[in-house]
Amino acid sequence: MDRIPILKMGQFLLVTIQVDLYDRLALNLENDLINMVSKTGARGVLIDISAVSIVDSFMGRILGNIASMSRIMDAETVVVGMQPAVAITLVELGLTLQGVYTALDVEKGMELLHDKIGTIEHPEDEEEEAPHDDID
Amino acid sequence: MNNTAQLLQNNKKKILENWMQNQLADEALRDDLISNEELRRQSDELLNGLATATASGNVENTYAPEYETVTEILSDISITRARQGFTPRETGMYVLSLKQAINQVLEEKLSDQPEQLYKELSIINKLLDNLSMITFDTYIKGREEVILRQNDEINEISTPVIRVWEGILALPIIGTLDSARTQVVMENLLLEIVNTGSSIAILDISGVPAVDSLVAQHLIKTVSATRLMGAECIISGIRAEIAQTIVHLGIDLSNIKTKATLANALQLAFSMRGVEVKKTARYTGLNLNK
Repeated sequence: MDRIPILKMGQFLLVTIQVDLYDRLALNLENDLINMVSKTGARGVLIDISAVSIVDSFMGRILGNIASMSRIMDAETVVVGMQPAVAITLVELGLTLQGVYTALDVEKGMELLHDKIGTIEHPEDEEEEAPHDDID
Repeated sequence: MNNTAQLLQNNKKKILENWMQNQLADEALRDDLISNEELRRQSDELLNGLATATASGNVENTYAPEYETVTEILSDISITRARQGFTPRETGMYVLSLKQAINQVLEEKLSDQPEQLYKELSIINKLLDNLSMITFDTYIKGREEVILRQNDEINEISTPVIRVWEGILALPIIGTLDSARTQVVMENLLLEIVNTGSSIAILDISGVPAVDSLVAQHLIKTVSATRLMGAECIISGIRAEIAQTIVHLGIDLSNIKTKATLANALQLAFSMRGVEVKKTARYTGLNLNK
């Protein structure tokens, strides 16, 4: 069965969706991602959808679900790189993804996540957080 | 062949002469827009078509297939006239003067048979009234095409997206916002956000004459779409009367950043990006001569 890889980057989980999502795949992603959050104790989830050109209301709901579930588990969700056509479609469908943070690209999304969870971050150099910060 | 058709067929030349005379005598003749030869050619063509159509025996239903040629010729004429800038009256008079011409001939030919004359007159009246309706229909269609084309042109030029600063876009909206235009505005703005990697967009609505609930909804849609892309949206240029209508209509803009002027919005955008604009000690001019 197809799966979308979930990468762990320090305190964050990084998901890059490279294919068009069909329903089964989206449900799997939701499952895997939430399990991963609980397993790793991640503080943020970054979903890159820059390669996604087609969305429907189901996809929009899944994104919203992931965000709400992550929030309960104390992780913020940032969706980055949404295509203009996708944004227009979601707005026309009435899905404005309340509660989901958005950013233009992965870099800005990472900055935003650092901002949100309050880790000290120098905007100039992209150094990764020391993982022991929140373990103890 | 019925009487009407026969009359038309036999007196075609006379009718055409009368018709041309009527048209040329009319004060509203636009010889600046159409030459006399062209007018005669058109009229001849139409009269021939009419004679053929009536020969089929049908003198009532102008939607029947026999009248296809006549309708086509008429539509052609009135659409060209609409584009050339003829007034509705001038276009209408064209067909109505044909009626007059035919009536004149009928009166001459049937002066000794009043009953027959009356019958023929009413048939011709009805027929040509129908034809003039067709003329008007197509004339208005022609005019609407012109308006639609102009509308498209206006839409194309009226939605510029300006890059005012690194990472800050401004979009002055001028004119009424309808659904079609919102779509264009939204697409342009979102594409430009992607192209320039801007994180702040300022929507200036000082050129929007009125904001009703529909326009507000379109604005909210645009703001939501920008937010989905990962950029912030500021609405500026809200005049006093617009603020009043928005509140009276009960539109909730509380989760959208709004500013009174573009300058204020720009200031907010600067502070959001951590940019500071300072006055230097002395105005040094443009230094073009150096």
